[in-house]
Amino acid sequence: MAQRAIREYDGKAIFSKHWEKYFSGFHYGFKSVLVTSGAELKAKAEEHGFEWLKQEPLVAKPDMLFGKRGKNDLVLFRTNKPGDVTLADAATWIDTKMANTTTLLTGQHGQLTHFIVEPFTPHSQEQEYYISATTVGEDDVLYMSAEGGMEVEEGWDEKVNEVHIPINMSDADMQHAVKANIPADIPASNREAFASFAIQFFKFYRDQNFAYLEINPIVMLDNNEMAILDLVARLDDTAGFMMRDAWGEIEYPTAFGMEDQSPEEKAVAEADAKSGASLKLTILNPMGRIWTMVAGGGASVVYADTIADLSGNVSDLANYGEYSGGPTTGETKFYADTLFDLMTRHKDPKGLDKILIIGGAIANFTDVAKTFTGIIQSFEEYAEKLKAHNTRIYVRRGGPNYEKGLKDIQAAADRLGLYIEVYGPETHVTDIVRMALEK
Amino acid sequence: MGALFTKDTQAIFWNNNTSAIQRMLDYDYTISRAKPSVAAIVAPTSNNKFEKFFYGPDEIMVPVYRTTGEAAKAFPKSDVLLNFASFRTAYDVTMEAIAIKGQFKTVMVTAEGIPERLARKMNQSARDAGVTVIGPATVGGIAPGAFKIANVGGTIENIVNSKLHRAGSCGLVTRSGGLFNELSNIIAINADGISEGVAIGGDRFVGSVFIDNLLRMENNPEVKYMILLGEVGGTEEYKVIEAVKNGQIKKPIIAWCIGTIAKHFSSGVQFGHAGASANADAETAAAKNQAMAEAGIFVPESFNDLPNKIKEVYEKLKAEGIVTDIAEPALKTVPTVRRAKEFICTISDDRGDEATYAGYPISSVATPETGFGIGDVISLLWFKKRYPKWATEYIETVLKTVADHGPAVSGAHNAKVTARAGKDVISSLVTGLLTIGPRFGGAIDDAARYFKYANDNGMSPTEFIDYMKREGKTISGIGHRIKSVRNPDLRVSGLKKFAAENFPATPLLDYALEVEKLTTSKKDNLILNVDGTIGILMVDMWRALGYSEADIDGFIDAGALNAFFVVGRSIGFIGHILDEKRLGMPMYRHPTDDILYNVELAEQL
Repeated sequence: MAQRAIREYDGKAIFSKHWEKYFSGFHYGFKSVLVTSGAELKAKAEEHGFEWLKQEPLVAKPDMLFGKRGKNDLVLFRTNKPGDVTLADAATWIDTKMANTTTLLTGQHGQLTHFIVEPFTPHSQEQEYYISATTVGEDDVLYMSAEGGMEVEEGWDEKVNEVHIPINMSDADMQHAVKANIPADIPASNREAFASFAIQFFKFYRDQNFAYLEINPIVMLDNNEMAILDLVARLDDTAGFMMRDAWGEIEYPTAFGMEDQSPEEKAVAEADAKSGASLKLTILNPMGRIWTMVAGGGASVVYADTIADLSGNVSDLANYGEYSGGPTTGETKFYADTLFDLMTRHKDPKGLDKILIIGGAIANFTDVAKTFTGIIQSFEEYAEKLKAHNTRIYVRRGGPNYEKGLKDIQAAADRLGLYIEVYGPETHVTDIVRMALEK
Repeated sequence: MGALFTKDTQAIFWNNNTSAIQRMLDYDYTISRAKPSVAAIVAPTSNNKFEKFFYGPDEIMVPVYRTTGEAAKAFPKSDVLLNFASFRTAYDVTMEAIAIKGQFKTVMVTAEGIPERLARKMNQSARDAGVTVIGPATVGGIAPGAFKIANVGGTIENIVNSKLHRAGSCGLVTRSGGLFNELSNIIAINADGISEGVAIGGDRFVGSVFIDNLLRMENNPEVKYMILLGEVGGTEEYKVIEAVKNGQIKKPIIAWCIGTIAKHFSSGVQFGHAGASANADAETAAAKNQAMAEAGIFVPESFNDLPNKIKEVYEKLKAEGIVTDIAEPALKTVPTVRRAKEFICTISDDRGDEATYAGYPISSVATPETGFGIGDVISLLWFKKRYPKWATEYIETVLKTVADHGPAVSGAHNAKVTARAGKDVISSLVTGLLTIGPRFGGAIDDAARYFKYANDNGMSPTEFIDYMKREGKTISGIGHRIKSVRNPDLRVSGLKKFAAENFPATPLLDYALEVEKLTTSKKDNLILNVDGTIGILMVDMWRALGYSEADIDGFIDAGALNAFFVVGRSIGFIGHILDEKRLGMPMYRHPTDDILYNVELAEQL
């Protein structure tokens, strides 16, 4: 749980929902649709309130968390000349883009699935501005520039004014600071309106619990009409419980080019969401030979560190994850089942032994014997498969009831004919990695 | 700036987390603390007044309050708040605690995932108020041999194994709570344990950061060297590097940042805590480890090599005479099998040489020269306080006034009938006592209750009379069968005279007399009667003794006023019973000509 990126469309929807409250004196039309095919776009155009899709020239672009869409030639705004894209053009373009894999200039590649479609907004370069806000260190920082679009990124230091706003700064001081830092090159005729918009933008960013909010460019048209041409936003999802109504339905998509979670990772994430305990699983290399079942967030990191350090080949490490916070026996068994299933799917290409690290620091309050009972139950189901992959198991753990836990797991492995070495708190937490790799 | 906690530190624990509190008390017992480390519990939805815990083999009661404010008022010296509220309420609980001026020096916040903006506000407000926040998202910290927060250190066996029961020479700061325990163990094995340790918490915005804790440890003479376990992400370690470079920190530091694995993967994989994500090269674990090593901080080759580095530095300090051997203290052992007590007694104790009443040996209250009367004994055993002379004399006056009211009242009549049936003193007395209730003797209770209610709610005498009329109730304590304004009840006159001469003030009686003026203007016999006077003056007595209105309501609800009548009237009942025995009167049968018989044949349905 942390700061999470949302789609441009969802960010604009939040703006639109609260526009009257924050941006009185300015107008925003929120003419946007999010579609996943050309057909869906055409269907949308038949709905009441979306007649503009048929009436106005359109702009279409992918809405999948990545930026620099212009440079990647992924913004459709012209067929022959700017502002001549029709509904049919946009639908065809979307279907064409979806038919092939797309590779970005950064090398990320994947399938385009989500597109945002909006009316084409004719405007001049002079009407474009830049505004964003985020947290830097302990303070919020508001960034403003008289130049929007790609220009602002070249020559950031000269073109952008920053205002640092400490968390406890009063609204009056904040407004004063913003007004005092309006970029000098904003035309006099627009200064007051821009300052007013910037102040309201900051309040909106703050009150709506954004972690990052950028409009580039924001276009100030005549009659205080605002056009949000491009928007990037991250929310602090820990605030989700109090923002349910304010945000509405929010989806946190996976970054473009990142593989979607495997069914196993998804299942663990779902179990995690339902439990008071913590269950996390990331598969790094399904063919890897070293699998970890580690208790505790900190310990899971040092095991991963140590495996990378000592194996000399990070691709040996198959997974990263943790179980902690006192999971039940059933939850632990489910987690172990998932891991043992994954690690016994593929033979090691070089015919080497598989290694299973059942690690953990000295628990504060998790009952070790209780969680180990879950692992033992899973051993019983997977013993034959684990043996078929020549699995060597290394256990290290301490904490409440650890003597019983260690004794039980040793006895179970012996009974099932599994190779196991069991250590307690007298052995350094990560030393079993060294032992496993030296053998 | 010395140590964070001492052996006298007492905490208020927000949320009734009984297992964590029990672990703290087990620790306290093991290290022989004079007072338990948890002074009070705040549980907003609890109806309990206290919670029982084991203290070694015995049990103690820890008071429970509904708000932090009440707990703080009761324990003004408790300067640590252990905030175990959920991520939804932890912010509000901390802000409320900070607002109590001069109370808390440290607030520990355990919740993980407090909204970032709220966490920042909370941390800043605490900093402005001079309050140290440990966390959020932490297991806490410990000052071995003095004070342990909640679950830190785990079981008592592990605490002793990890030498967390007595102060060592290392100051430990980690982000992770799980590895805090592990580090304590490593330090116990390779050095002499820790002097003070804090897990600062895994969230992105935490209250006290590495440098805050290390600077405090630098100034704590008990700390000889420090160990810092950092993490990938953030720049807090650079503040430490800066302090080492500019000489603010002179003691040796051993440090390691975990999360070196992250360099092998793209930013998509989140290793560790919410705060653990490198946004720039300088925030990677490798960069921080390198920068720390360059600043002269002791940095091991890897996490696996950390124990050796600790041993090396410790041995060096020992050779230099900076750290010396620590004498191992004697420990008390917490029994493995303990049984919760079924009964609690807080008024008397028969276990010593002589039984006591609220701490007073019986011999010190029994004989005349002690100066204690029955009123004193009642104040000790009923209210656990020594009341001043005027109050105990009032109690005695009440008992004497209500002792008897002739044979015709229902209680005395019952007692006499039962005695004539040949039953013993106890049975006969009990039949008499069983008639005491709403109609017989109950007016004392009701008078106190209703007059107090009217007075508490600012009703004028007229409003009170109207209110009782609307409720359809006669006013308890008002009215007499025979006595009137012109023919006053001398018992009432006596009580009023005593009160006027001895009570510091009688606000409720004064109010009742105003009511009486109105009622007697309607009918001559609607006077304040003896029941009403007793009940009302009892309220005035408690007010003058400093009890709160809630305390007094509690006494009335518990039936304390009825109890005075029960004790007093038992004297009279026993008199009637003994009278019957003496007279040898035969079995009583009520004459049939005194009964109206009106019996019809039952209808067949």
